[in-house]
Amino acid sequence: MMQIIEWLLLIFLIVCAVAVSVSKNLLNSVIIFMSYSLVMAVIWVLLQAPDLAITEAAVGAGVTSVLFFLALRRVGQLGHKREEKTEA
Amino acid sequence: MLEKLILNHYEAAAVILSGIGLTNLLLQRNLIKKIIGLNIMDTAVYLFLAAKGYVAGRAAPILIEGEKAGEWITNSAVYANPVPAGLVLTGIVVSVSVTAFALALTLKLYESYGTLNIDEALMKMTLQQEELEAKIEAQEEELIS
Amino acid sequence: MNEEIKAIWRSFYDWVVGNGPRPENEVIPDEPPPDLPFTRKPKDKFSRFHEATLKERYNQWMEIHGLHMFSALYSGISVLTCIVIVSLLLATVAELPPFGDERNPANNEVIRRYVERGGKETGAQNIVAGLILDYRAFDTFGESAVLFTAAVSVLMLLGASRRNNADDEQAMKGNDSGKNFMQRGPPSVRLHTFRRDDAILRGVASLSMPVIMMMGCVVVINGHLSPGGGFSGGAILSTALILCANAYGFERVHSFFNERTFITTSSTALMIYALSKGYSFFTGANDIHSVIPKGTIGNILSGGLILPLNICVGLIVAGTLYGFYALFSEGEI
Repeated sequence: MMQIIEWLLLIFLIVCAVAVSVSKNLLNSVIIFMSYSLVMAVIWVLLQAPDLAITEAAVGAGVTSVLFFLALRRVGQLGHKREEKTEA
Repeated sequence: MLEKLILNHYEAAAVILSGIGLTNLLLQRNLIKKIIGLNIMDTAVYLFLAAKGYVAGRAAPILIEGEKAGEWITNSAVYANPVPAGLVLTGIVVSVSVTAFALALTLKLYESYGTLNIDEALMKMTLQQEELEAKIEAQEEELIS
Repeated sequence: MNEEIKAIWRSFYDWVVGNGPRPENEVIPDEPPPDLPFTRKPKDKFSRFHEATLKERYNQWMEIHGLHMFSALYSGISVLTCIVIVSLLLATVAELPPFGDERNPANNEVIRRYVERGGKETGAQNIVAGLILDYRAFDTFGESAVLFTAAVSVLMLLGASRRNNADDEQAMKGNDSGKNFMQRGPPSVRLHTFRRDDAILRGVASLSMPVIMMMGCVVVINGHLSPGGGFSGGAILSTALILCANAYGFERVHSFFNERTFITTSSTALMIYALSKGYSFFTGANDIHSVIPKGTIGNILSGGLILPLNICVGLIVAGTLYGFYALFSEGEI
């Protein structure tokens, strides 16, 4: 059972990482990155590192995402939809 | 090789994640996405370290009280490896400060050039440089004449 | 035969040099006249495409297509690099000892020593806390310094707009005639103005903020007994501050936490950390007997210096992370 959960979480991590790079909207990719950090916190608990879990949940999912949101708001990517130029 | 990778699935996932992060860092033209790619690479390294410290069936490195009160089990066969946890704890906080600094630099760049795309910013930078040089040349010609 | 080869060579030469097609009935002299150095006319650059040499044509072509080709080449090379690196690393991972094995070389005698004698030597129940704040305290000190430095550099980068604001306000106050105003240009508009009269947000914040605060304090103070410690507790405290700023406005937070408080608390905490861990430099740095008693494992007052150091780190982290938030949203702490 634990094996299945581990596999699911790891696959979720990789899918999230790919989705961050593929998504066109910056807000979407920041939200996906937030969920990536949360899943990472669960994985720390599975790896018997509760210190890391608490820190990752507070810092990675909380503060880093808030910083990204604020940066997006300052460049005007929040609130109104805009086609993002992420293509090379 | 595949069954060995399945045996080491945490490490394999960490390597794949760091590959995705590196690709992001190299190929994305958007600075915020580049920073997210850097963060993904960070977490991949932490995942690798923590996975190396895990030992199956051992508890987290917090001393457990023995049968008698005031006695603590200090047998090393009970606890998982504490060193990777300490190292990664340091790394997480440093990665936050790096992220904040990079975002601040990005915001400054946006203020100057009005774009998050690195190519556009570079183009505007060269255009400004050329304008400046043209202005200097004109001034020099004026001075000469 | 010889003539045909000569003609082909001539046309190829023309193509390379860029002379363009020759007229059909051209009389080809057997020997071209010697190219005298003073009779050659300087060519007008780009005057006629046919007269451009290969190099000039290459330059022209590069101006049009070069960037595109370079970006394609760059993408290809970077994808190739990533694939090579990932496959090399995967091949290495396949050779690593299996995951979760206790004979893993990472679980060597260092770890055994830390686990078996760490409790007695540091007095901390949480071995990770004893590790990062006692055995490797300098490492953590450098990390706190990194965090503080990052906060100061973000303050330098994003705090500049605030100084302009203050200047403009002073200018506006100084003379109402607007003379100075005209010189300085219009005052930069305040970056973002929120409406902070959200009843739901305020109600929830008034309920949850004390709980979050208390949770942060518990995590910081129990850092040597349970998972957590200065970093995670400080981050939780900073989220409480961020919630307060969001619900009640930055003015409320300013009443007890402004830039001066931030600088004072952070530098004081850093100095306390440096002094309390730096004393071992002057006394030999080897097996120091701390004046502070270790206490019994499991009590709040145990672990020697770990508890005060945790509080210092927690203060730095809380201040810094809240400072990041305030700087990013308002441009001032």
